[in-house]
Amino acid sequence: MTSIFASAADQAAALASGAVSSVELTQQHLDRIEAVDGDVRAFLHISADALTTAAAIDARRAAGESLPELAGVPVAIKDILCTTDMPTTAGSRILEGWTPPYDATVVARLRSAGLVPLGKTNMDEFAMGSSTEHSAYGPTHNPWDLERIPGGSGGGSAAAVAAYEAPLALGSDTGGSIRQPGAVTGTVGVKPTYGGVSRYGAIALASSLDQVGPVTRTVLDAGLLHDVIGGYDKRDSTSLKDEWPSFAAAARQGAQAESLKGLRVGVVKELDGPGFQAGVSQRFHETLALLEKNGAEIVEVSAPNFEYAVAAYYVILPAEASSNLAKFDSVRFGLRSKVTGTVEDVMSATREAGFGDEVKRRVILGTYALSAGYYDAYYGSAQKVRTLIQQDFAGAFAQADVLVSPSAPTTAFKLGEKLNDPLAMYLNDVTTIPANLAGIPGMSLPMGLAPEDGLPTGFQVMAPAHEDVRLYRFGATLERLLEEQWGHTLISQAPDLSTSEMLTAAEGAL
Amino acid sequence: MSEITPDVVAHLANLARIALTPQEIEKLTGELGAIVDSVAKVSEVATPDVVATSHPIRLVNVFRDDVPGETLTTAQALAGAPEHDGSRFQVSAILGEEQ
Repeated sequence: MTSIFASAADQAAALASGAVSSVELTQQHLDRIEAVDGDVRAFLHISADALTTAAAIDARRAAGESLPELAGVPVAIKDILCTTDMPTTAGSRILEGWTPPYDATVVARLRSAGLVPLGKTNMDEFAMGSSTEHSAYGPTHNPWDLERIPGGSGGGSAAAVAAYEAPLALGSDTGGSIRQPGAVTGTVGVKPTYGGVSRYGAIALASSLDQVGPVTRTVLDAGLLHDVIGGYDKRDSTSLKDEWPSFAAAARQGAQAESLKGLRVGVVKELDGPGFQAGVSQRFHETLALLEKNGAEIVEVSAPNFEYAVAAYYVILPAEASSNLAKFDSVRFGLRSKVTGTVEDVMSATREAGFGDEVKRRVILGTYALSAGYYDAYYGSAQKVRTLIQQDFAGAFAQADVLVSPSAPTTAFKLGEKLNDPLAMYLNDVTTIPANLAGIPGMSLPMGLAPEDGLPTGFQVMAPAHEDVRLYRFGATLERLLEEQWGHTLISQAPDLSTSEMLTAAEGAL
Repeated sequence: MSEITPDVVAHLANLARIALTPQEIEKLTGELGAIVDSVAKVSEVATPDVVATSHPIRLVNVFRDDVPGETLTTAQALAGAPEHDGSRFQVSAILGEEQ
């Protein structure tokens, strides 16, 4: 009997063999959501159609139809992605109750591959944040410790997968919003090459940085989901026309690989320094030793301009966001304030009421960076830093096949800990931002629990643009080596939420 | 130090069409000052000889033939509007009295 604790690949195999039906599997996940989401709060909306969708897949399978590999497997969808059958709010009050008139391309691809959308996951408002605390609908809680952040902005997707509420989820990554939540929840997350996955119907944060990608518990599951959502889309003018290889096939190949002999693994000196939590650094260096023992050649590479990446990012992102969020004008969709006055008075009052603090902060910052007299000093300079970072990556990839670093400088911090210090929150993305600025693909996978707090740490792998396949091949090998060493998967060590819920209830009764 | 004053924040808020409260303007003045000071370091390495990059991957503009594609119906386009008359979005006065 396959359970919700199995990987998506194993759930798919059980569906294909008839050991379980999609209706049964979907019901198990809905039951799990019912049991634990009161504590985790990963979901903003649960689909009313999930069981109907699952039944339709079961009927097609029963009729002998040959179905795609993931057909019948449930999936959670980050609330930044447009869905015609569920509200889409991007975690903002300004879009409360809005149901889009079209599906994002990635959602349409999930549907045509027969996956079963379970619901929409929580996120920092318009994906601005690293903790989900900037969601207008309240934070998501980390399944490893309910008093801690699940990362952000895609904390809902990562927590849903970590808490076995869904085997698969979609995220979006502008500066680390897939990889950092992956790191702090002990799950796998991939930011594909910029343009590798369609952004059509993904509510834009910073258009030159945003990328949609998979959120899963295993490297193979990420590859399976990436194969479904990836590829050219004429509706996205930045979509790449590459012929992509199967990432699932690369993951399967990587999992079978005997050794890493001859692979050059570049350690980015600037992302392995002081300021990182001791347990994160310790697990990172143990992982490097494991790689070396299995044939990889560890080389140190330098990326001197990474020092300027966070600063450049917090100019480019607010600038692009201030422009992208101009569409929330109280005219075509979403909230409208009841104030009387001109259309601009209504617009200003609506945006005041509908945007949260972090969105206001970034929109005002972006407006400043783009204003006459400051444009060259801020936005112009930040775009030059972007060139320098790309040159750093080009130099590093001349010496290494993949680059690695910790995915996040610390384990999950406490809810509220950095909420009143925006700059401290921004520095949390120091490891993930360079890949977005250069458009290259990156993956985070679990590398163990930090000894000092028992919380998950993440290992980041980066590859040159268009070479996402290297992440899957290498990631699957490393995942296997680590799990052989541990004797189990990392996620299997997460606390039993149904027990913690009972404890919470018992404490509440006292 | 940056030149972020309450007047600057109020002006930016007006440009961004967000009716900030005086308390928000005061709080943002301090926060933005710190953030702007921190991001200003981008100009340290952005020397004249460095070329700016707007997109991570080299792209060319995409054109297509000017033929009707799959588009939303009027009803779909209006479905999420706060106010409409069945064929158009409805808004309050475009111009104020002084204009």
